[in-house]
Amino acid sequence: MSEVLERPRAGTVSAPVLKPSRIEVRDVSLRYFTHAGETQALERISLDVAAGEFVSLIGQSGCGKSTLLSIIAGILPASSGTVHVDGKPVTGPSPRIGYMLQQDYLYEWRTIVDNAVLGAEIQGLDLRQARERAAHLLHKCGMGDFLHHYPRQLSGGMRQRVALARTLVTNPDVVLLDEPFSALDSQTRLAIADEVVEVLRSEGKSVVLVTHDIGEAIAMTDRVVVLSRRPGRIKSQHLMRFAGHESSRPSPFAVRGLPEFNRYFSTLWDELDVHVEG
Amino acid sequence: MTSTTHSGIAAPLAPSAAKTSSSAKPPSPEYRAWLAREQRRRHWIVLARAALLLASLALWEYLARAQIVNPMLTSYPSALWPTFLDLLRNGNLAMHTWTTLAATLVGFGLSMLIGTAVAAGLWWSGFAYKVLDPFLVVANAMPKIAFVPIFYLWLGSDYSVYGMAVAIAVFVTIMVVYDGFQSIDPNKIKLAQTLGANRAQVLRLVVLPGSVPTLIAALKMNIGLALVGVIVGEFQSANAGLGFLIVNGSQIFKLNIVMTAIVVLAVLSGLMYLAIARLEAVVAKRYG
Repeated sequence: MSEVLERPRAGTVSAPVLKPSRIEVRDVSLRYFTHAGETQALERISLDVAAGEFVSLIGQSGCGKSTLLSIIAGILPASSGTVHVDGKPVTGPSPRIGYMLQQDYLYEWRTIVDNAVLGAEIQGLDLRQARERAAHLLHKCGMGDFLHHYPRQLSGGMRQRVALARTLVTNPDVVLLDEPFSALDSQTRLAIADEVVEVLRSEGKSVVLVTHDIGEAIAMTDRVVVLSRRPGRIKSQHLMRFAGHESSRPSPFAVRGLPEFNRYFSTLWDELDVHVEG
Repeated sequence: MTSTTHSGIAAPLAPSAAKTSSSAKPPSPEYRAWLAREQRRRHWIVLARAALLLASLALWEYLARAQIVNPMLTSYPSALWPTFLDLLRNGNLAMHTWTTLAATLVGFGLSMLIGTAVAAGLWWSGFAYKVLDPFLVVANAMPKIAFVPIFYLWLGSDYSVYGMAVAIAVFVTIMVVYDGFQSIDPNKIKLAQTLGANRAQVLRLVVLPGSVPTLIAALKMNIGLALVGVIVGEFQSANAGLGFLIVNGSQIFKLNIVMTAIVVLAVLSGLMYLAIARLEAVVAKRYG
């Protein structure tokens, strides 16, 4: 893993608390109303993510983890509480925050490179520079030969790589990943997870990953945050540390082979408190 | 730095990209036989269409010539040809056809424009849609032909033809295009919003380009409806156009003229439909 040496923020893993927070979530609650009644989705969530840190949110479906991500992204206002990114309050979608959704949602009428520059186009950035950066990122994701293809010509894994490039073109400091691999088959997931983590680390991003896949959370992130059932509260947090890898983080695939992986897995499984009903 | 590992992973993930170039191997005899069968089937379809057309014309000719039906009332194909030539030379058939075509294109363009603009407005304001929905449904269900005399009074003989074309085509356009706007995957819109898009940008970058197949479907429907509107309008008010020719021919009991105008009308609508089908094929390649 030669790219580990190039990683600008190697070592943030073990001491996130000492770094200034990039994301500050303070006492965020969310209630929503329908004609059927009102629902408390999130209750007094406080969370800090350091620069360069990878944090995952896990919890059972309906616990509000994706909702929390939408609030951090600024596309859903919280009922109470605040979110700051780099000290500035989040009041709406912001170029500082990139958001990767469960599926690629590439626009079939745009070529790959045109899809990748969508954010730059919306934000009114210099399109020529954006195209250069998009081409650079697509090359980095192994999609350099497909710049002028259309999405329907690509497989699911390739499309999700384009979605990653699209997220990164506007150079956000924070990248939010909402179950980004859930639409992919399991082999593709493993391969893509390695690539995505590598690209995000090399770009020095802070990352919040929402997943229902415990293994993915352990393999990809430095800290795992467990949310309780609705209303979602932070139940516990776990630092993912691997003996012999204190200075640099092994790739997600390699983590799955380490002895700590299974230990963390069973701890988190107990925390999740899964009951299968029926 | 990692291009080798990436391309190593990328290759097996690209079944659909590989599909386009997979025909490098020589085709098997079974595949060739299948291709030949498909080819024959296509030929038979074209042949059967031509045969059906010729048979109908022959039957028409025979029934009229044998006096089984009254040729005064039905005319017959071989009588239409001299009429066609005569109209072309002395009756300004080209002018009449052009008048109808031009009015159809104007009415069609207007109803597409108005329909898409109104649909965009309804998409913009869910409240406006809820308020206007029942009115649109009723307006669409109305027999618009009832308005022919009113349009004649309001718009005069020239513009009432356009009015009719728009009246017939516009409401269904609004509804079809609005449905198309609504059926855009909300996650595609959410994606644009996460990138900071405002409502106008969502409309311009997602909803409109994403609705192109719907717009083409609306075009296809519209061109026929606009033609109906123009012909009906011409029945009432015009002194030129194929609709005028039909009414005029029937009033002076020259069924040859009526039938010739109808045949020209059939050819005209066929050609316009073909033009849009061609456009649709080009678009389908992109959106398929």
